[in-house]
Amino acid sequence: MSQHPITEADLHAYVDAELSDSRRAEVAAFLAAQPEEVRRLQAYQLQKEVLRRLFKPVLDESLPAKLLDLTEPPIAATMEATAGPRVDAKKRPFLARWSVQRMAAGFAIALLGGAAGWLGHGQYQATERIAQPLPRQAAVAHVVYSPDIKRPVEVTAEQEDQLVKWLSKRLGTPVSPPKLGALGYELIGGRLLPGNSGPVAQFMYQDSSGQRLTLYLSTENSGKRDTGFRFAREGAVNVFYWVDGKFGYALSAGIDKGELARVATAVYDQLEPK
Amino acid sequence: MDSRAILAELPRLRRYARAMVGDRAVADDLVQDTLERGWSRVAQWRPGSDLRAWLFGIMHNLRVDQLRRQGLNTQPLDDAESEAPIRPTQSDRLEVNDLAAALARLPEEQRAVLLLVALEEMSYDEIASTLGIPVGTVMSRLSRGRERLRLLLEGRHPAAHLRVVR
Repeated sequence: MSQHPITEADLHAYVDAELSDSRRAEVAAFLAAQPEEVRRLQAYQLQKEVLRRLFKPVLDESLPAKLLDLTEPPIAATMEATAGPRVDAKKRPFLARWSVQRMAAGFAIALLGGAAGWLGHGQYQATERIAQPLPRQAAVAHVVYSPDIKRPVEVTAEQEDQLVKWLSKRLGTPVSPPKLGALGYELIGGRLLPGNSGPVAQFMYQDSSGQRLTLYLSTENSGKRDTGFRFAREGAVNVFYWVDGKFGYALSAGIDKGELARVATAVYDQLEPK
Repeated sequence: MDSRAILAELPRLRRYARAMVGDRAVADDLVQDTLERGWSRVAQWRPGSDLRAWLFGIMHNLRVDQLRRQGLNTQPLDDAESEAPIRPTQSDRLEVNDLAAALARLPEEQRAVLLLVALEEMSYDEIASTLGIPVGTVMSRLSRGRERLRLLLEGRHPAAHLRVVR
C-alpha cells in the first residue's frame, strides 16, 4: 500500500474513474478489506446510474421553439456580434436553414415517437404522477435491484411457495415465476413493487456466471390492447415486453437481444399455455 | 458560437436545467435566459474553447442570481438536524420518484456538482471551472451530496445523526 493515505476524495474519484491506474490499484487494495466502504461506493455508483436514467428522456424531448430560435443570435446580439470575427450573417441562407433544422428536429421526434414512444416526455413529470411506461418501470427496477449483492430479492427461491402465495394475494390474481432452468437461469426470488397504480411483482433469475435477469409483472393494463413482443433498450439494459389482457410482462437483462429473445419466448410459452 | 453547435448543446442544457429545478417550464426559461445571456456576451466567447462548459457556467451564474433575487436559501443546510429521511417508516425501495424527491432536497450546490458528475460526466477540474470554485470544494460538495442522497434514500436506516420524525 502507498504511503499516501486513501482519502474520501480518492474514493469518489474511484467511483468516477478519475484516478490514475496506479492510484486506482491502491484504492482497490484498500477497499478489499473495507466491505462497508464498498457498499457505500456501490450506492454512489447506483445513484449515478439512476440519475442518468431518470433524466435521459429529457434529451429526447422536442426542443421548444423559443429555444430553437435562440440558436441564432437575437437581433440585438447580431449587431454586437458582427463586430467580431463571426461568419457574415448575410451570407447565410437564414430562412432556408431554419426550416431544414426545424424539419429535421420534427422528423427526429416523429421517429422517436414511433419507435420509442414509451420513452415518453419529461421523466421528471414523475412528480406529477404521470404513469411510467412498462419497459421503463421494468428497466429501472432491474437496474436498481439486480446489482444488489446482499438483498436482491425480498423472498428467496427457497421459499418459492410462500413467494407465489404472497405475490398472488397482493396482486389479486394467481402469478408464478416461469421455470427457466433449461435456459440456464435459476430463480433467486422475487419482490413486490409499487407500479403506477398498485402493486407489481418482480422475479429475479441468475445464471451460473452471475448474470441476472428480471421478469416484471404488472396487472395494471386494463383497457389496453394486447401486443406482440416489443423490444426496448434502456442504457445497458435490454427489455422485451408484451401485454396480454390485464397483464404486462417485461423481461430485462444486460444480455444481448438475441439471448434475451430466447428467454422471452420461453417465458411467453409457459405463461400462455396453448 | 455558431447555431449548429448551440443546437447540439440544447438537449444537455435542458436536461441539466430540468434536473436542477425540477419544473419543466421553469427549466426551459432558465435555458432561454442562458442563451440570451450567451448571445449578449458572445464577444467574450473564445472560439475553439469548450462551448458546453461556457454555457453551463452562464446557466450556473444565472441560477445563483435567480436564487439570490428570489431570496431563497442558497446556503447548504448542512446541519443534518434539519433533515428528516424521506420515508423513515417505509420499506427499502429505491425508486425513481424517491430519487427525484431526494434530489430536490439536496442543497443547490451539492445537487449541481452531483448532476455535473452524473449527467455531464465532467471531470472534477471541469466542474471546478464551470462553477468557479476550487476543486477541493467540488470534492466536499460531491461527498456531502452523495452521502446525503444515500441517507435520504435509505430512510429505513437513518444514520444516527438523522432524526426520525414520526
